[in-house]
Amino acid sequence: MKKLKLVMIGNGMAGVRTLEELLKIAPDLYDITVFGAEPHPNYNRILLSPVLAGEQTIAEIVLNPLAWYADNGITLHLGKAVTRIDRVRRVVHAADGTQAPYDRLLIATGSTPFILPVPGKQLEGVIGYRDIADTEAMIDAATKYRHAVVIGGGLLGLEAANGLMLRGMKVTVVHIAPWLMERQLDDVAGDLLRKSLVDRGLDFLIGAQTEALVGDAADGTAGRVKSVRFKDGTEVPADLVVMAAGIRPNTALAEATGLHCQRGIVVTDTLQTVTDARIWAVGECAAHRGTAYGLVAPLFEQAKVCATHLAEFGIGRYLGSQVSTKLKVTGIDLFSAGDFMGGEGCDSIVLSDPQGGVYKKLVIKDDKLVGACLYGDTVDGSWYFKLLREGRSVSDIRDRLMFGESSLGDAGHQGQNKAAAMADADEVCGCNGVTKGAICKAIKDKGLFTLDDVRKHTKASASCGSCTGLVEQIIMATAGGDYSAAPRKKAMCGCTEHSHQDVRDAIRQLKLLTIADTQRALSWRTPNGCSSCRPALNYYLISTWPKEAKDDPQSRYINERSHANIQKDGTYSVIPRMWGGETTAAELRRIADVVDKYKIPTVKVTGGQRIDLLGVKKEDLVDVWKDIGMPSGHAYAKALRTVKTCVGSEWCRFGTQDSTQMGKDLERGLWRMYAPHKVKLAVSGCPRNCAESGIKDVGIIGVDSGWELYVGGNGGIKTEAGQFFCKVRTSDEVMEVSGAFLQLYREEGWYLERTVHWIARVGLDSIKQRVLDDVANRKALWERLQFALDGEPDPWFEHDKASVDTRQFIPLVPV
Amino acid sequence: MSDWIQICRVDDIPVLGARRVRRPAGTDVAIFRTESDRVFALLDRCPHKGGPLSQGIVFGEHVACPLHNWAISLEDGQARAPDIGCATRFAVRVEDRAVSLLASELATLAIDDADAAAALAAARKVIAIASA
Repeated sequence: MKKLKLVMIGNGMAGVRTLEELLKIAPDLYDITVFGAEPHPNYNRILLSPVLAGEQTIAEIVLNPLAWYADNGITLHLGKAVTRIDRVRRVVHAADGTQAPYDRLLIATGSTPFILPVPGKQLEGVIGYRDIADTEAMIDAATKYRHAVVIGGGLLGLEAANGLMLRGMKVTVVHIAPWLMERQLDDVAGDLLRKSLVDRGLDFLIGAQTEALVGDAADGTAGRVKSVRFKDGTEVPADLVVMAAGIRPNTALAEATGLHCQRGIVVTDTLQTVTDARIWAVGECAAHRGTAYGLVAPLFEQAKVCATHLAEFGIGRYLGSQVSTKLKVTGIDLFSAGDFMGGEGCDSIVLSDPQGGVYKKLVIKDDKLVGACLYGDTVDGSWYFKLLREGRSVSDIRDRLMFGESSLGDAGHQGQNKAAAMADADEVCGCNGVTKGAICKAIKDKGLFTLDDVRKHTKASASCGSCTGLVEQIIMATAGGDYSAAPRKKAMCGCTEHSHQDVRDAIRQLKLLTIADTQRALSWRTPNGCSSCRPALNYYLISTWPKEAKDDPQSRYINERSHANIQKDGTYSVIPRMWGGETTAAELRRIADVVDKYKIPTVKVTGGQRIDLLGVKKEDLVDVWKDIGMPSGHAYAKALRTVKTCVGSEWCRFGTQDSTQMGKDLERGLWRMYAPHKVKLAVSGCPRNCAESGIKDVGIIGVDSGWELYVGGNGGIKTEAGQFFCKVRTSDEVMEVSGAFLQLYREEGWYLERTVHWIARVGLDSIKQRVLDDVANRKALWERLQFALDGEPDPWFEHDKASVDTRQFIPLVPV
Repeated sequence: MSDWIQICRVDDIPVLGARRVRRPAGTDVAIFRTESDRVFALLDRCPHKGGPLSQGIVFGEHVACPLHNWAISLEDGQARAPDIGCATRFAVRVEDRAVSLLASELATLAIDDADAAAALAAARKVIAIASA
């Protein structure tokens, strides 16, 4: 079959990324031709600033060398600007007469610097700041001249000014707004930034209005620029003027072709132009829902979506991105996102330490974080950005919000919050043992830009995520990637565009009962999901429709399929249930006999007051369970694990309540309860709290007059103290409130979301209202839980009823 | 002469699941069944850290290793990018829903694997001690 012809105009990051995505999924669909106006292959435009500053070379920032184009059979026309598109004949014409016919056309012409319409703008030595040629002109000027003026104190202008200063020029930044980076910073942060740049040697003229650029010819209107004159009549010397007063989508060609343009080439959610179905546009030249994005992450999102449509898969829609900003000036940390100025109806929480060079402002509206502006300490930028994107209530963490996520007891990276201060050998990700050096190397060698890329390739921050802020700082410093943009709604996994909430809602509303039906109803992209969505779907089905939806063991992780915990060598661990942490001589004898009989190498007492038998062969599991003769401890499952207890009033001279009995009752009432994640309880008999109730999903503390309940505690990656929920008088009330709280979590929690994160997402007040204030609702929740648990089998003994496929325990032997 | 040796019926393997095949020597072989009843066989060792692939979740024509969730292609044993590694493949024949493997492969393929892994682990320990 003859291949279709795809022509791309523009050879920059967004366009080439689209081709890369396309080649990945449909390598043979097109003959591809690329026109680039610059004489260079695709390079990382974001890193022009480090090149200007002398921190990197042009060779280092090339993303796709010429060999890449050749290897992929792409016809590359470098240094040829396209001057005309003939949409009737479907041919593209370049300035030198080169022609290329197309079946489909991709426009990725990027943007052009905005040149102030002042007299003298055409003088020699007046340039924009956009490409390699501009950068080389600046580097060259720095070797010959002394004075530079940068017009525009935004992101680009400051980076240019910093680079020229490092190359030895005396630089003045002219900025018309009242403070620097006014689109990204508020006045206080802008002023801090200015002071820090003044300390480095930059001069600023804030509020100055440029009237004309003066040339060195006799009448001042020709030759090379020699000064800049302002409206107030003052002049500053300038041998080089860099216009960095903004960029404009480069739509000249598209407009001349008759494509509808409005602040960019107008495209749909599939990145197709609204005018011509054969023409797509991505990158800075495209206007999606009225916005032309200038950061790399949204452009790469666009590239991915566009590629699936060019590949004729027809899946995926680009729904827009929220963006945040960081400045690429080494040694200056700033971050901003959202509505950081605040205003009517907004509250601001501000921390200001001008001496220490730290300023943080968080803008809150209707109990939600709507904006953040950070200067000097940006490690929590990604966390704020996440809160902002998710739009969740911050009322319950408002008092701690300013101190960041790491104030809540992070572990694993020695409390570091400045990646720049770390040595290459320092560990960034304590879960996966990834050093700063390894991350930098992967970013450089593999051309990574986004947090997701880095996670995939290095596993850094891919497990517990507590080092995400550091990893982002490293990406910023190394690749310049504007990683920090993300789709508004997080999809469950790559198999679908639906979020966890969408899926939960659909299962309930459409009464879906099987994984296959759910995937069909929600147009799953893969035939039967993946290892990440199937367990979630299975949980949502059985928790929403107990007794109706059938458990699918093949969609459960191995631990829940074999009802034991897989260990690193492929053996399993077995933890029998000990109600409330109490055992008997008979049980201990049976356990001892089993250890001898099956030669179990390790016996360990767990933190949950039980006994763990480690190193059991899979073939022995069923016999081990039978010989021990104790119920499953579900230590392997996203389910109720243990109820830890202290000895309580029965023995303890301080005990006020019978915590052991309360614990046993709770455990008997709640065991076999599957949940979005593991669930741990504890009951202490007095406020000395020997059972550590403060770090449990539900923690109960006996006091003289009854019981106090705490929820959302967690002793894991982040130590989270439980929050006070209520105080009740009787043990029956403890049962009902705990059960209702957990049932609400079972019905609402997203898969793999611990109670603490669920509470943070929906708000403790909302949960209190539905569990404590609304008594009828509490009783209904408690009844639904009892209905779901009634008759649930013990998987160690009732194999058929628990859908345990016992064939798995017996290896096949060829005869 | 036929080298094929019957192992089980297709229906002895759960849909979107796996079984282990024990060999006289060497690591087990995992046989997988997809939704469309295609059957594949790989050495039951993830190329990453040796996890038993037979215990993973099967989806499409991939299996996710139970230890660290690497996605391994059932067709060619390759780890899905960006992870790099390859699990040894075994030929499979399905006739009249009977699943057969090659006796010669079972007897010889990756047979030293367990020993090699043990040797490698020992060598690593020596290096670790030497550099400590």
